[in-house]
Amino acid sequence: MSILVSQRVISDEIEKIHAGEALGDPQPRLDFAPYRSAVLRHPARSLRYADPEGAELVAPVFGFTDVDGLESDLTIGGAGEPIGERIMVRGRVLGGDGRPVRRQLVEIWQANAAGRYAHRRDQHPAPLDPNFTGAGRCLTDEQGCYSFTTIKPGPYPWHNHHNAWRPAHIHFSLFGTDFTQRMVTQMYFPGDPLSAFDPIYQSITSERARARLVAAYDHDLSRHDFLLGYRWDIVLTGRHATVMEDDDA
Amino acid sequence: MPELTAPDLAATPGQTIGPFFGYALPYPGDRELVPGGSAGSVRLHGYVYDGEGNGVEDALLEIRQADTSGAVPAVSGSLRRGGAPFTGWGRSSTDADGHYWFSTVEPGPAGPGSAPFFAVAVFARGLLNRLFTRAYPPAGPVVLDADALLASLDAAERRAMMAVREADGSLRFDVYLQGPRETPFLSFPGHLR
Repeated sequence: MSILVSQRVISDEIEKIHAGEALGDPQPRLDFAPYRSAVLRHPARSLRYADPEGAELVAPVFGFTDVDGLESDLTIGGAGEPIGERIMVRGRVLGGDGRPVRRQLVEIWQANAAGRYAHRRDQHPAPLDPNFTGAGRCLTDEQGCYSFTTIKPGPYPWHNHHNAWRPAHIHFSLFGTDFTQRMVTQMYFPGDPLSAFDPIYQSITSERARARLVAAYDHDLSRHDFLLGYRWDIVLTGRHATVMEDDDA
Repeated sequence: MPELTAPDLAATPGQTIGPFFGYALPYPGDRELVPGGSAGSVRLHGYVYDGEGNGVEDALLEIRQADTSGAVPAVSGSLRRGGAPFTGWGRSSTDADGHYWFSTVEPGPAGPGSAPFFAVAVFARGLLNRLFTRAYPPAGPVVLDADALLASLDAAERRAMMAVREADGSLRFDVYLQGPRETPFLSFPGHLR
């Protein structure tokens, strides 16, 4: 078993990389050693520039036969109520041109309120919740809006370094209108003190870009006696395919 | 219409898929664009390797492709495939050895002067953002030489984007995230910021 380095060592490495980038990169650096798992899993050569063709220009299509409306409520899968702070996360999926991404699939997964995933490889000593699996799906509506009812996930420890803790987050999987817009990311919560220490979040060297992963508390979304609301909009990269007329509506 | 929290329209950053997607993203039939072993089907499979040649046991691959005529389907039904038409999209997680597989059909060409290919998106724990590449089925030199992307690559890079026909007819395409055989990964104009 390898000896884990301290948070100080990781934080120093992060600081050094950030200081070396005047403007900061708005997308995560793939070569980011403070996240130890990236060391052998990032391409060393630069990406090849290509013009998208054929299947790259057309995202897969999903419909109401694919996704049940109930899949957007992660609190109703069990026999009882899951433990934790009930929340709604809502926002819009937009293309880089600002157009809403309509009727498209959004998938999420997350830890439970205690910071435990319903996954066999998560073995940290926090309880599983029999009423919460933490996986959900929905289709965006005509305005590109998605909405999930869930439980606020807890932070959890991991073994990147000694005393490493992931800030609370929800994983998002997103499609656009081109397949080139496909992306997976993580949504964080405002004011999380763990974000500063987290090498995954800090792999985005632009502070402004990091802030784009943080949801906003939205009191108008909160519901009396029931849940707290968070709003998080997602902008995909630019599309290439010719825009069809009905998208102008 | 709700207020935007992202009014500047800068792209939202990606993040790693992490280690725990396995109970959320895979689903029954995810890698069977057509039923395994059905007439006209082909098995597209391979391994995802890290920089030391170890199989990546927590990667996820997605393919997007044309049908045999070269048309790209835009039909729903990928998540509940029972009887659905060919959707041209599939998803396969890797196993403990880093192996993935799809049951699909061989794509036709997108148009004149382009070689048929599977568009591939790669996700993994340790990979901080998704990667795109292409897997080209074997074809004659006239077809391959006319393809703009393949023509721009050197011989080794070009080999790395070619799927290999195996004795049983399967197509083998390995993804090297790093190292001497590193797979060429793609950046598209829309990714520029």
